Amino acid sequence: MLDPYEIRKDFPILKRKVNGYTLIYFDNAATSQKPRQVIEAIRDFYENHNANVHRAVHTLSQEASELYEEAHEEVAKFINANGMEETVFVRGTTEAINLVAYSWGLRNLGKDDEVIVSLMEHHSNIVPWEIISKINGFRIKYIEVNDDGTLSYESFEKLVSEKTKMVCVSHVSNVTGIVNDVKRITRIAHEYSALTLVDGAQSVPHLPVNVKDLDSDFVAFSGHKMLGPTGIGVLYGKREILEKMEPFHGGGEMIREVSYDPEKKHCSIAWNVLPWKFEAGTPNVCGAVGLMEAVRYLKRVGMDNVKEHEEILTKYALRQMEGCCPKIMIYGTKDTSAKCGIIPFGVEGLSSHDIALFLDNYGIMVRSGFHCAQPLHEILKLNSSARVSFYIYNTREEIDRFAEVLKEIEQL
Amino acid sequence: MVNVNDYVARTEGTCGKEKDVIVIFKYDKKDEVIEKILQKAKIKQSIARMIFELTFKNYSFRLYQSGKAIFRDLKDKEELNGILSELLS
Repeated sequence: MLDPYEIRKDFPILKRKVNGYTLIYFDNAATSQKPRQVIEAIRDFYENHNANVHRAVHTLSQEASELYEEAHEEVAKFINANGMEETVFVRGTTEAINLVAYSWGLRNLGKDDEVIVSLMEHHSNIVPWEIISKINGFRIKYIEVNDDGTLSYESFEKLVSEKTKMVCVSHVSNVTGIVNDVKRITRIAHEYSALTLVDGAQSVPHLPVNVKDLDSDFVAFSGHKMLGPTGIGVLYGKREILEKMEPFHGGGEMIREVSYDPEKKHCSIAWNVLPWKFEAGTPNVCGAVGLMEAVRYLKRVGMDNVKEHEEILTKYALRQMEGCCPKIMIYGTKDTSAKCGIIPFGVEGLSSHDIALFLDNYGIMVRSGFHCAQPLHEILKLNSSARVSFYIYNTREEIDRFAEVLKEIEQL
Repeated sequence: MVNVNDYVARTEGTCGKEKDVIVIFKYDKKDEVIEKILQKAKIKQSIARMIFELTFKNYSFRLYQSGKAIFRDLKDKEELNGILSELLS
Protein backbone atom coordinates (compact mmCIF):
# COMPACT_ATOMS: atom_id res chain seq x y z
CA MET A 1 0.00 0.00 0.00
CA LEU A 2 1.40 3.40 -0.90
CA ASP A 3 1.77 6.32 1.47
CA PRO A 4 0.46 9.45 -0.27
CA TYR A 5 1.82 11.68 2.51
CA GLU A 6 5.37 10.48 1.84
CA ILE A 7 4.83 10.74 -1.90
CA ARG A 8 3.55 14.33 -1.60
CA LYS A 9 6.95 15.40 -0.28
CA ASP A 10 8.33 14.70 -3.76
CA PHE A 11 5.89 17.05 -5.50
CA PRO A 12 6.90 20.68 -4.99
CA ILE A 13 3.82 22.07 -6.73
CA LEU A 14 1.51 20.60 -4.09
CA LYS A 15 2.85 23.12 -1.61
CA ARG A 16 1.64 26.12 -3.56
CA LYS A 17 -1.50 28.08 -2.86
CA VAL A 18 -4.16 29.02 -5.37
CA ASN A 19 -6.51 31.87 -4.55
CA GLY A 20 -5.24 31.74 -0.99
CA TYR A 21 -5.94 28.01 -0.52
CA THR A 22 -3.59 25.04 -0.59
CA LEU A 23 -3.74 23.53 -4.04
CA ILE A 24 -5.88 20.43 -4.48
CA TYR A 25 -5.11 18.93 -7.84
CA PHE A 26 -7.91 16.67 -9.10
CA ASP A 27 -7.26 17.01 -12.84
CA ASN A 28 -4.86 14.10 -13.19
CA ALA A 29 -6.65 12.60 -16.17
CA ALA A 30 -5.62 15.72 -18.09
CA THR A 31 -2.03 15.73 -16.87
CA SER A 32 -0.18 14.65 -13.76
CA GLN A 33 2.11 16.70 -11.55
CA LYS A 34 5.85 15.99 -11.61
CA PRO A 35 8.01 14.70 -8.77
CA ARG A 36 11.32 16.43 -8.02
CA GLN A 37 13.15 13.30 -9.27
CA VAL A 38 11.76 13.92 -12.77
CA ILE A 39 12.42 17.65 -12.58
CA GLU A 40 15.95 16.94 -11.36
CA ALA A 41 16.61 14.40 -14.16
CA ILE A 42 15.59 16.99 -16.76
CA ARG A 43 17.78 19.65 -15.14
CA ASP A 44 20.71 17.23 -14.91
CA PHE A 45 20.35 16.30 -18.57
CA TYR A 46 20.57 19.90 -19.73
CA GLU A 47 23.30 20.81 -17.26
CA ASN A 48 25.51 17.78 -17.91
CA HIS A 49 24.64 15.62 -20.89
CA ASN A 50 22.82 17.67 -23.52
CA ALA A 51 23.75 16.78 -27.11
CA ASN A 52 22.07 15.40 -30.19
CA VAL A 53 21.69 11.62 -30.23
CA HIS A 54 23.02 9.06 -32.73
CA ARG A 55 24.82 11.81 -34.60
CA ALA A 56 28.31 12.24 -33.27
CA VAL A 57 31.24 10.41 -31.78
CA HIS A 58 31.92 12.94 -29.04
CA THR A 59 31.41 12.18 -25.37
CA LEU A 60 28.27 14.21 -24.81
CA SER A 61 26.51 12.69 -27.79
CA GLN A 62 27.44 9.22 -26.57
CA GLU A 63 26.03 9.99 -23.14
CA ALA A 64 22.82 11.48 -24.56
CA SER A 65 22.40 8.50 -26.91
CA GLU A 66 22.89 6.05 -24.07
CA LEU A 67 20.30 7.86 -21.94
CA TYR A 68 17.86 7.99 -24.84
CA GLU A 69 18.20 4.27 -25.54
CA GLU A 70 18.05 3.44 -21.85
CA ALA A 71 14.74 5.32 -21.68
CA HIS A 72 13.33 3.11 -24.44
CA GLU A 73 14.49 -0.01 -22.59
CA GLU A 74 13.03 1.21 -19.30
CA VAL A 75 9.63 1.88 -20.88
CA ALA A 76 9.70 -1.46 -22.71
CA LYS A 77 10.29 -3.28 -19.40
CA PHE A 78 7.56 -1.25 -17.70
CA ILE A 79 4.91 -2.52 -20.11
CA ASN A 80 6.60 -5.89 -20.69
CA ALA A 81 7.33 -5.29 -24.37
CA ASN A 82 9.98 -7.29 -26.22
CA GLY A 83 12.69 -4.65 -25.97
CA MET A 84 13.09 -1.13 -27.24
CA GLU A 85 12.38 -2.13 -30.84
CA GLU A 86 8.71 -2.26 -29.84
CA THR A 87 8.61 1.12 -28.08
CA VAL A 88 8.51 4.06 -30.45
CA PHE A 89 8.81 7.46 -28.82
CA VAL A 90 6.38 10.06 -30.11
CA ARG A 91 4.94 13.35 -28.81
CA GLY A 92 2.03 11.71 -27.03
CA THR A 93 -0.96 9.42 -27.42
CA THR A 94 -2.43 11.53 -30.22
CA GLU A 95 0.69 11.27 -32.33
CA ALA A 96 0.98 7.56 -31.61
CA ILE A 97 -2.54 6.95 -32.92
CA ASN A 98 -1.91 9.16 -35.94
CA LEU A 99 1.25 7.18 -36.63
CA VAL A 100 -0.77 3.97 -36.84
CA ALA A 101 -3.57 5.60 -38.84
CA TYR A 102 -1.18 7.07 -41.43
CA SER A 103 1.58 4.47 -41.56
CA TRP A 104 -0.57 1.39 -41.29
CA GLY A 105 -4.10 2.59 -42.13
CA LEU A 106 -3.27 4.60 -45.22
CA ARG A 107 -1.51 1.64 -46.82
CA ASN A 108 -3.58 -1.27 -45.59
CA LEU A 109 -7.18 -0.12 -45.68
CA GLY A 110 -9.36 -0.05 -48.79
CA LYS A 111 -12.96 0.73 -49.60
CA ASP A 112 -14.21 -2.75 -48.71
CA ASP A 113 -12.58 -2.69 -45.29
CA GLU A 114 -13.96 -1.66 -41.94
CA VAL A 115 -12.45 -0.11 -38.84
CA ILE A 116 -14.30 -0.46 -35.54
CA VAL A 117 -14.03 2.39 -33.04
CA SER A 118 -15.80 2.68 -29.71
CA LEU A 119 -18.09 5.62 -29.01
CA MET A 120 -16.38 6.26 -25.70
CA GLU A 121 -13.13 7.24 -27.40
CA HIS A 122 -11.24 10.46 -26.90
CA HIS A 123 -11.38 12.50 -30.10
CA SER A 124 -7.76 11.46 -30.76
CA ASN A 125 -8.89 7.89 -31.44
CA ILE A 126 -11.78 8.98 -33.66
CA VAL A 127 -10.55 11.88 -35.77
CA PRO A 128 -7.42 10.24 -37.34
CA TRP A 129 -9.55 7.32 -38.54
CA GLU A 130 -12.24 9.63 -39.92
CA ILE A 131 -9.53 11.58 -41.80
CA ILE A 132 -7.98 8.44 -43.31
CA SER A 133 -11.38 6.98 -44.19
CA LYS A 134 -12.07 10.06 -46.31
CA ILE A 135 -8.91 9.28 -48.29
CA ASN A 136 -9.23 5.50 -48.55
CA GLY A 137 -12.99 5.13 -48.44
CA PHE A 138 -13.15 2.43 -45.76
CA ARG A 139 -16.07 2.33 -43.38
CA ILE A 140 -15.92 3.15 -39.69
CA LYS A 141 -18.35 1.36 -37.40
CA TYR A 142 -18.90 2.52 -33.85
CA ILE A 143 -19.30 0.28 -30.81
CA GLU A 144 -22.24 1.41 -28.70
CA VAL A 145 -22.09 2.41 -25.07
CA ASN A 146 -24.63 1.32 -22.43
CA ASP A 147 -26.61 3.81 -20.29
CA ASP A 148 -24.16 3.39 -17.40
CA GLY A 149 -21.26 4.34 -19.64
CA THR A 150 -19.92 0.80 -20.02
CA LEU A 151 -18.98 -0.56 -23.40
CA SER A 152 -21.51 -2.77 -25.14
CA TYR A 153 -19.59 -5.94 -25.92
CA GLU A 154 -22.74 -7.22 -27.61
CA SER A 155 -22.60 -4.32 -30.00
CA PHE A 156 -18.93 -5.04 -30.73
CA GLU A 157 -19.63 -8.71 -31.40
CA LYS A 158 -22.35 -7.72 -33.85
CA LEU A 159 -20.07 -5.31 -35.69
CA VAL A 160 -16.95 -7.40 -36.03
CA SER A 161 -16.67 -9.40 -39.27
CA GLU A 162 -14.26 -10.59 -41.93
CA LYS A 163 -14.26 -7.02 -43.22
CA THR A 164 -12.87 -5.68 -39.94
CA LYS A 165 -9.21 -4.79 -40.27
CA MET A 166 -8.65 -2.70 -37.14
CA VAL A 167 -10.41 -2.27 -33.79
CA CYS A 168 -9.66 0.91 -31.82
CA VAL A 169 -10.67 1.12 -28.20
CA SER A 170 -9.53 2.87 -25.06
CA HIS A 171 -8.36 0.75 -22.17
CA VAL A 172 -9.84 3.24 -19.68
CA SER A 173 -12.37 5.93 -20.55
CA ASN A 174 -11.03 9.43 -19.89
CA VAL A 175 -14.57 10.57 -19.00
CA THR A 176 -15.92 7.81 -16.77
CA GLY A 177 -12.78 5.91 -15.77
CA ILE A 178 -14.44 2.67 -16.87
CA VAL A 179 -11.93 -0.07 -17.63
CA ASN A 180 -12.67 -1.92 -20.85
CA ASP A 181 -11.90 -5.58 -21.31
CA VAL A 182 -9.42 -4.98 -24.11
CA LYS A 183 -8.09 -8.50 -23.79
CA ARG A 184 -11.51 -9.85 -24.70
CA ILE A 185 -11.89 -7.38 -27.57
CA THR A 186 -8.42 -8.27 -28.87
CA ARG A 187 -9.14 -11.99 -28.69
CA ILE A 188 -12.32 -11.57 -30.73
CA ALA A 189 -10.66 -9.16 -33.19
CA HIS A 190 -7.82 -11.62 -33.76
CA GLU A 191 -10.32 -14.39 -34.54
CA TYR A 192 -11.21 -12.24 -37.57
CA SER A 193 -7.54 -11.45 -38.29
CA ALA A 194 -8.13 -7.81 -37.36
CA LEU A 195 -5.55 -5.77 -35.48
CA THR A 196 -6.28 -3.82 -32.32
CA LEU A 197 -5.11 -0.41 -31.19
CA VAL A 198 -5.56 0.34 -27.51
CA ASP A 199 -5.56 3.92 -26.25
CA GLY A 200 -3.66 3.43 -23.01
CA ALA A 201 -3.46 7.11 -22.03
CA GLN A 202 -5.59 6.54 -18.93
CA SER A 203 -4.50 2.99 -18.14
CA VAL A 204 -0.70 2.85 -18.34
CA PRO A 205 -0.32 5.58 -15.66
CA HIS A 206 -2.85 3.98 -13.31
CA LEU A 207 -2.85 0.18 -13.72
CA PRO A 208 -0.30 -2.55 -14.23
CA VAL A 209 -0.31 -2.93 -18.02
CA ASN A 210 1.32 -5.94 -19.59
CA VAL A 211 1.24 -5.69 -23.36
CA LYS A 212 2.03 -9.38 -23.83
CA ASP A 213 -0.92 -10.32 -21.67
CA LEU A 214 -3.27 -7.90 -23.45
CA ASP A 215 -1.97 -9.17 -26.80
CA SER A 216 -3.02 -5.89 -28.46
CA ASP A 217 -1.10 -5.02 -31.58
CA PHE A 218 -0.63 -1.37 -30.65
CA VAL A 219 -0.86 0.49 -27.35
CA ALA A 220 -0.53 4.28 -27.25
CA PHE A 221 0.17 6.38 -24.15
CA SER A 222 1.55 9.72 -22.97
CA GLY A 223 4.39 10.54 -20.61
CA HIS A 224 2.83 13.62 -19.09
CA LYS A 225 -0.08 11.71 -17.57
CA MET A 226 2.33 9.39 -15.73
CA LEU A 227 4.57 11.89 -13.91
CA GLY A 228 6.73 12.56 -16.98
CA PRO A 229 7.14 15.73 -19.02
CA THR A 230 4.86 16.87 -21.83
CA GLY A 231 5.85 16.24 -25.45
CA ILE A 232 6.89 12.64 -24.98
CA GLY A 233 4.72 9.57 -25.47
CA VAL A 234 4.96 6.01 -26.59
CA LEU A 235 3.60 3.80 -29.30
CA TYR A 236 4.01 0.15 -28.42
CA GLY A 237 3.70 -2.04 -31.48
CA LYS A 238 4.36 -5.72 -32.09
CA ARG A 239 7.73 -5.97 -33.75
CA GLU A 240 6.58 -8.01 -36.74
CA ILE A 241 3.88 -5.43 -37.52
CA LEU A 242 6.15 -2.41 -37.06
CA GLU A 243 8.76 -4.08 -39.30
CA LYS A 244 6.25 -4.30 -42.15
CA MET A 245 5.01 -0.74 -41.77
CA GLU A 246 6.35 2.20 -43.75
CA PRO A 247 7.64 5.22 -41.78
CA PHE A 248 5.31 7.99 -40.63
CA HIS A 249 7.64 10.97 -41.00
CA GLY A 250 10.73 11.24 -43.18
CA GLY A 251 14.00 12.90 -42.27
CA GLY A 252 17.17 12.29 -40.35
CA GLU A 253 17.51 9.50 -37.81
CA MET A 254 14.86 7.30 -39.43
CA ILE A 255 17.08 6.30 -42.39
CA ARG A 256 20.04 3.95 -42.59
CA GLU A 257 21.14 5.27 -45.96
CA VAL A 258 20.16 7.87 -48.55
CA SER A 259 22.18 7.25 -51.67
CA TYR A 260 22.13 9.31 -54.85
CA ASP A 261 22.38 7.44 -58.11
CA PRO A 262 23.78 9.90 -60.70
CA GLU A 263 22.65 7.75 -63.60
CA LYS A 264 19.05 7.35 -62.48
CA LYS A 265 19.16 10.81 -60.89
CA HIS A 266 17.30 9.81 -57.78
CA CYS A 267 17.95 8.84 -54.20
CA SER A 268 17.46 5.34 -52.94
CA ILE A 269 16.62 5.14 -49.26
CA ALA A 270 16.95 2.35 -46.72
CA TRP A 271 15.06 2.71 -43.46
CA ASN A 272 16.73 2.55 -40.10
CA VAL A 273 16.05 -0.29 -37.70
CA LEU A 274 13.25 -0.19 -35.10
CA PRO A 275 12.32 1.93 -33.28
CA TRP A 276 14.33 4.68 -35.05
CA LYS A 277 12.51 4.07 -38.33
CA PHE A 278 9.56 5.87 -36.75
CA GLU A 279 11.50 8.61 -34.97
CA ALA A 280 12.42 11.10 -37.68
CA GLY A 281 14.42 14.18 -36.80
CA THR A 282 16.08 15.15 -33.54
CA PRO A 283 13.96 13.48 -30.88
CA ASN A 284 12.80 14.82 -27.54
CA VAL A 285 15.81 13.43 -25.67
CA CYS A 286 15.20 15.41 -22.54
CA GLY A 287 11.56 14.30 -22.52
CA ALA A 288 12.71 10.71 -22.81
CA VAL A 289 15.06 11.15 -19.85
CA GLY A 290 12.18 12.65 -17.83
CA LEU A 291 9.88 9.82 -18.83
CA MET A 292 12.50 7.24 -17.82
CA GLU A 293 12.71 8.80 -14.37
CA ALA A 294 8.90 8.89 -14.14
CA VAL A 295 8.72 5.19 -14.99
CA ARG A 296 11.35 4.41 -12.35
CA TYR A 297 9.34 6.40 -9.82
CA LEU A 298 6.14 4.50 -10.63
CA LYS A 299 8.01 1.18 -10.46
CA ARG A 300 9.26 2.04 -6.99
CA VAL A 301 5.71 2.89 -5.90
CA GLY A 302 4.38 -0.25 -7.59
CA MET A 303 1.55 -0.19 -10.11
CA ASP A 304 -0.59 -2.54 -8.03
CA ASN A 305 -0.32 0.01 -5.21
CA VAL A 306 -1.25 2.85 -7.56
CA LYS A 307 -4.36 0.95 -8.63
CA GLU A 308 -5.32 0.08 -5.08
CA HIS A 309 -4.81 3.65 -3.83
CA GLU A 310 -7.00 5.09 -6.57
CA GLU A 311 -9.70 2.53 -5.95
CA ILE A 312 -9.77 3.43 -2.26
CA LEU A 313 -9.92 7.15 -3.05
CA THR A 314 -12.63 6.69 -5.66
CA LYS A 315 -14.80 4.65 -3.31
CA TYR A 316 -14.31 7.25 -0.58
CA ALA A 317 -14.98 10.19 -2.91
CA LEU A 318 -18.17 8.66 -4.27
CA ARG A 319 -19.48 8.26 -0.73
CA GLN A 320 -18.51 11.79 0.28
CA MET A 321 -19.92 13.34 -2.88
CA GLU A 322 -23.23 11.54 -2.66
CA GLY A 323 -23.64 12.51 0.95
CA CYS A 324 -22.74 16.17 0.67
CA CYS A 325 -25.38 17.71 -1.56
CA PRO A 326 -28.62 16.31 -3.02
CA LYS A 327 -28.14 18.32 -6.21
CA ILE A 328 -25.05 16.35 -7.17
CA MET A 329 -25.39 13.85 -9.98
CA ILE A 330 -22.67 11.28 -10.54
CA TYR A 331 -22.49 9.95 -14.07
CA GLY A 332 -21.65 6.43 -15.17
CA THR A 333 -21.17 3.33 -13.14
CA LYS A 334 -20.25 3.62 -9.47
CA ASP A 335 -18.75 0.16 -9.38
CA THR A 336 -15.20 1.02 -8.33
CA SER A 337 -13.89 -2.43 -9.20
CA ALA A 338 -14.76 -1.68 -12.83
CA LYS A 339 -13.16 1.73 -13.04
CA CYS A 340 -10.08 3.84 -12.38
CA GLY A 341 -9.90 7.00 -10.28
CA ILE A 342 -12.12 9.20 -12.43
CA ILE A 343 -15.54 10.52 -11.39
CA PRO A 344 -17.63 12.55 -13.80
CA PHE A 345 -20.39 14.57 -12.15
CA GLY A 346 -22.76 17.49 -12.41
CA VAL A 347 -24.79 19.74 -10.15
CA GLU A 348 -28.43 20.32 -10.95
CA GLY A 349 -28.96 23.74 -12.50
CA LEU A 350 -25.27 24.48 -13.05
CA SER A 351 -23.01 24.11 -16.03
CA SER A 352 -19.83 22.08 -15.55
CA HIS A 353 -17.84 25.29 -16.00
CA ASP A 354 -19.74 26.94 -13.15
CA ILE A 355 -18.74 23.99 -10.98
CA ALA A 356 -15.10 24.13 -12.04
CA LEU A 357 -14.87 27.90 -11.48
CA PHE A 358 -16.53 27.56 -8.10
CA LEU A 359 -14.03 24.91 -7.01
CA ASP A 360 -11.12 26.84 -8.53
CA ASN A 361 -12.03 29.73 -6.29
CA TYR A 362 -11.15 27.43 -3.37
CA GLY A 363 -7.94 26.14 -4.93
CA ILE A 364 -9.46 22.89 -6.21
CA MET A 365 -8.60 22.04 -9.82
CA VAL A 366 -11.12 19.95 -11.73
CA ARG A 367 -11.84 19.67 -15.43
CA SER A 368 -15.10 20.73 -17.10
CA GLY A 369 -16.56 20.36 -20.59
CA PHE A 370 -16.54 17.44 -22.99
CA HIS A 371 -13.01 16.25 -22.08
CA CYS A 372 -12.44 15.73 -25.83
CA ALA A 373 -15.12 13.04 -25.84
CA GLN A 374 -18.19 14.74 -27.29
CA PRO A 375 -19.81 11.59 -28.76
CA LEU A 376 -19.84 9.91 -25.33
CA HIS A 377 -21.45 12.99 -23.75
CA GLU A 378 -24.08 13.01 -26.48
CA ILE A 379 -24.87 9.33 -25.90
CA LEU A 380 -25.11 9.84 -22.14
CA LYS A 381 -27.29 12.91 -22.87
CA LEU A 382 -24.97 15.26 -21.01
CA ASN A 383 -24.41 18.88 -22.01
CA SER A 384 -20.97 18.56 -20.45
CA SER A 385 -19.52 17.19 -17.23
CA ALA A 386 -17.23 18.14 -14.40
CA ARG A 387 -14.56 15.54 -13.66
CA VAL A 388 -12.38 14.73 -10.70
CA SER A 389 -9.48 12.38 -11.30
CA PHE A 390 -7.00 11.10 -8.74
CA TYR A 391 -3.38 10.05 -8.60
CA ILE A 392 -0.80 8.77 -6.18
CA TYR A 393 -0.41 12.05 -4.24
CA ASN A 394 -4.11 12.64 -3.55
CA THR A 395 -5.47 12.03 -0.06
CA ARG A 396 -8.72 11.47 1.79
CA GLU A 397 -8.27 14.86 3.46
CA GLU A 398 -8.29 16.50 0.04
CA ILE A 399 -11.52 14.67 -0.76
CA ASP A 400 -13.00 15.83 2.55
CA ARG A 401 -12.12 19.42 1.67
CA PHE A 402 -13.53 18.97 -1.83
CA ALA A 403 -16.80 17.60 -0.41
CA GLU A 404 -16.98 20.44 2.09
CA VAL A 405 -16.64 23.02 -0.70
CA LEU A 406 -19.05 21.09 -2.90
CA LYS A 407 -21.64 21.38 -0.12
CA GLU A 408 -21.44 25.16 -0.50
CA ILE A 409 -22.28 24.91 -4.18
CA GLU A 410 -25.90 24.28 -3.27
CA GLN A 411 -26.15 27.97 -2.50
CA LEU A 412 -25.55 28.90 -6.14
CA MET B 1 -14.31 54.69 -23.30
CA VAL B 2 -12.52 52.00 -21.35
CA ASN B 3 -10.18 49.58 -23.14
CA VAL B 4 -11.35 46.11 -22.13
CA ASN B 5 -7.94 44.67 -22.99
CA ASP B 6 -6.42 46.66 -20.13
CA TYR B 7 -8.37 44.48 -17.74
CA VAL B 8 -8.86 41.14 -19.48
CA ALA B 9 -6.05 38.57 -19.60
CA ARG B 10 -7.93 35.89 -21.52
CA THR B 11 -11.38 34.84 -22.58
CA GLU B 12 -12.14 31.17 -22.98
CA GLY B 13 -15.04 29.82 -24.98
CA THR B 14 -15.97 26.63 -23.16
CA CYS B 15 -16.53 23.23 -24.67
CA GLY B 16 -19.85 21.60 -23.92
CA LYS B 17 -23.39 22.20 -25.12
CA GLU B 18 -23.67 25.27 -22.91
CA LYS B 19 -22.23 28.30 -24.63
CA ASP B 20 -20.50 29.84 -21.65
CA VAL B 21 -17.65 32.29 -21.88
CA ILE B 22 -15.12 32.54 -19.10
CA VAL B 23 -13.34 35.83 -18.64
CA ILE B 24 -10.08 35.82 -16.75
CA PHE B 25 -9.13 39.28 -15.58
CA LYS B 26 -5.52 40.43 -15.27
CA TYR B 27 -4.22 39.41 -11.87
CA ASP B 28 -2.96 42.86 -10.91
CA LYS B 29 -6.29 44.42 -11.93
CA LYS B 30 -8.65 41.89 -10.41
CA ASP B 31 -9.48 43.82 -7.27
CA GLU B 32 -10.19 46.96 -9.30
CA VAL B 33 -12.33 44.94 -11.70
CA ILE B 34 -14.35 43.34 -8.92
CA GLU B 35 -14.94 46.70 -7.28
CA LYS B 36 -16.07 48.31 -10.54
CA ILE B 37 -18.36 45.45 -11.47
CA LEU B 38 -19.96 45.29 -8.04
CA GLN B 39 -20.76 49.01 -8.31
CA LYS B 40 -22.47 48.59 -11.67
CA ALA B 41 -24.18 45.22 -11.51
CA LYS B 42 -26.97 44.15 -9.21
CA ILE B 43 -26.07 41.47 -6.70
CA LYS B 44 -28.64 38.68 -6.76
CA GLN B 45 -26.65 36.55 -4.37
CA SER B 46 -23.29 36.50 -2.71
CA ILE B 47 -21.57 33.54 -1.08
CA ALA B 48 -19.20 34.70 1.63
CA ARG B 49 -18.43 37.70 -0.61
CA MET B 50 -16.34 35.35 -2.71
CA ILE B 51 -18.78 34.41 -5.42
CA PHE B 52 -21.33 36.82 -6.77
CA GLU B 53 -24.39 36.04 -8.84
CA LEU B 54 -25.00 39.27 -10.71
CA THR B 55 -27.34 40.84 -13.22
CA PHE B 56 -26.56 43.70 -15.49
CA LYS B 57 -29.20 44.89 -17.96
CA ASN B 58 -30.55 41.64 -19.38
CA TYR B 59 -27.42 39.65 -18.66
CA SER B 60 -26.79 37.37 -15.71
CA PHE B 61 -23.30 36.23 -14.82
CA ARG B 62 -21.11 35.06 -11.97
CA LEU B 63 -18.05 36.80 -10.69
CA TYR B 64 -15.44 35.07 -8.56
CA GLN B 65 -13.03 36.58 -6.08
CA SER B 66 -10.30 34.73 -7.99
CA GLY B 67 -10.76 37.29 -10.78
CA LYS B 68 -12.78 35.15 -13.14
CA ALA B 69 -16.29 35.56 -14.46
CA ILE B 70 -18.63 33.31 -16.39
CA PHE B 71 -21.13 34.76 -18.85
CA ARG B 72 -23.88 32.74 -20.45
CA ASP B 73 -25.63 32.69 -23.80
CA LEU B 74 -23.70 35.46 -25.46
CA LYS B 75 -23.91 35.87 -29.21
CA ASP B 76 -20.29 36.70 -29.86
CA LYS B 77 -17.16 38.41 -28.64
CA GLU B 78 -18.49 41.81 -29.64
CA GLU B 79 -21.44 41.39 -27.30
CA LEU B 80 -19.09 40.34 -24.50
CA ASN B 81 -16.80 43.31 -25.11
CA GLY B 82 -19.82 45.63 -25.06
CA ILE B 83 -20.92 44.40 -21.61
CA LEU B 84 -17.40 44.43 -20.21
CA SER B 85 -16.81 47.89 -21.56
CA GLU B 86 -19.89 49.19 -19.76
CA LEU B 87 -19.14 47.31 -16.57
CA LEU B 88 -15.55 48.49 -16.40
CA SER B 89 -16.03 52.12 -17.39
